[in-house]
Amino acid sequence: MNSALQTIIQNLESSFGSTGSEFRGQASLLLPPGQIVEATRALRDAHGFNMLAALSAVDYWPQHQPRFHVVYQFKNITQKLRLEVRVPLDGDEPELESICAVFPNANWHERELWDMFGLRIKNHPDLRRILMPEDWVGHPLRKDYPLGYEEVQFSFNFEEIEQRKPRPKD
Amino acid sequence: MTIQQLEITTDELRHLVSSRAMEGETMLLNMGPQHPSTHGVLRLLLELDGETVVSCIPDVGYLHTGIEKNIEFKTYEKSETMTDRLDYLNTMGNNLAYCLAVEKLVDLDVPERAQAIRVIFAELQRISSHLVWLGTHALDLAAMSVFFYCFNQRERILDIMEMCSGQRMMTTYFRPGGLWRDVPDGFEAAVRDFIDDFPRRVDEYETLLSKNPIFLDRTKDIGVMSVETGVAWGITGPPLRASGLAYDLRKDEPYSGYEQYDFDVPVATEGDVYARYWVRMQEFRQSLRIVHQALEKLPKGSVRSNNRKFVPPPRSELGTSMEAVIHHFKLWTEGFPAPRASVYVPVESPRGELGVFLEGDGGPRPYRCYWRTPSFINLQIVPLLSKGHLVADLVAIIGSVDIVLGDVDR
Repeated sequence: MNSALQTIIQNLESSFGSTGSEFRGQASLLLPPGQIVEATRALRDAHGFNMLAALSAVDYWPQHQPRFHVVYQFKNITQKLRLEVRVPLDGDEPELESICAVFPNANWHERELWDMFGLRIKNHPDLRRILMPEDWVGHPLRKDYPLGYEEVQFSFNFEEIEQRKPRPKD
Repeated sequence: MTIQQLEITTDELRHLVSSRAMEGETMLLNMGPQHPSTHGVLRLLLELDGETVVSCIPDVGYLHTGIEKNIEFKTYEKSETMTDRLDYLNTMGNNLAYCLAVEKLVDLDVPERAQAIRVIFAELQRISSHLVWLGTHALDLAAMSVFFYCFNQRERILDIMEMCSGQRMMTTYFRPGGLWRDVPDGFEAAVRDFIDDFPRRVDEYETLLSKNPIFLDRTKDIGVMSVETGVAWGITGPPLRASGLAYDLRKDEPYSGYEQYDFDVPVATEGDVYARYWVRMQEFRQSLRIVHQALEKLPKGSVRSNNRKFVPPPRSELGTSMEAVIHHFKLWTEGFPAPRASVYVPVESPRGELGVFLEGDGGPRPYRCYWRTPSFINLQIVPLLSKGHLVADLVAIIGSVDIVLGDVDR
């Protein structure tokens, strides 16, 4: 790992109680929830990570503690550094603070987190579904959400499948 | 499990438009999703004061196909077919990003010949994607003939792809560990033929547009973006380079052997629609330079890794080797396992940073595959850029940001 990146990680470990790790040359930082806004602000202002490259989540269902990891990818353009920040979230309906005030492009990313994972983003300026229709039930990228396909009906199970087939709303 | 619903009412949408819209002073106009100049199924809710855009609210998701979810249910090798469908103008680039991510996750080597051919195709794909952009962008600005010229040349690139992969668009030609097959005999001649002829075509496009007064009127000083805004909003690719920052992942974080090639990163400083046009026109020439160099020193040898734990054995071995049969069977029924870890691999697509976040769980299927698609991020800037411009300029701005809706909605 790059020495500049190592210093930054040590710095963040001491100030935010996070733990750093590395896999195939990529640095990752596990950050306790609740400090994400301060941490991103520190990353941007003190350490030069001026771009939020990507933001997504991973669902570890049926595990509940933590159930989700929110994964931020930050990029320091001048020093050519990349840093992954992971925020673990517990429970089925976790809440997370929005970082829109620090990185404006987090807006759509966080809408996608709500839409796809059902993570409630606090203090978000415009929290609506973004990819799925507004009246959609459920959050598709959760692991307990089925992929969904039409089951093949044979004569022996025709009735059984017929009964649980999805129907349009009345 | 109970999932709470977020009810959407008109009141909750009220903050998106100005208060004048509620009093009827400004007009709300729906643009799209079936509108030719939104380049796909993009819907925009426009608030207009006369012909001036007061606010613009993009509504995306009409082309959402759940590719990220689908990938979780397929093996690493089989999910690659889904990646073609994301950004359908950059299929080889998507394949490349995905293959690099898988290779990094399982630590798989790629032969040099395969890397060079990947670069050739990635650059040809960049040219063909820019050709579609140029054609449609000019068409939006009422220059009809450019469209035909561009699609004519794009056809030649698609023919080269068909020659090698059997498909014009949904190629799936790159595979984890190399390529599907080596290129056929006529490949080098066909590419040489194209790159010898194409500089003349670029000049031709430039004579049609670069000094055309109508085109200049429509593009100069329209939708100006500063570097600071671009970086803060995560904008990458030609739009950011047109604002003055030479940020190109092929130079900054070289992959697939890009460090061996000599090429420039075109940068403009104006940050308007014309600058974005100019940057892409220069990229045509730089891509040709890369293809030329890659073709000159195309190494000989195998195009697929010899690691049988990840790459199926060649057909010829199946009749004589028991191990080959076992590997073939294991790879096509079960797939190969990847460690419980995650990687994020960014590549430079024609539209900007295309990143693949891939997480394995020790099994043969990706646990999570997230696509950081440049169109999704770059589209976010359109409301900001279009504020205060005319509706007709909005069309120019959308064209200049170059979005592909398959890439936005995934």
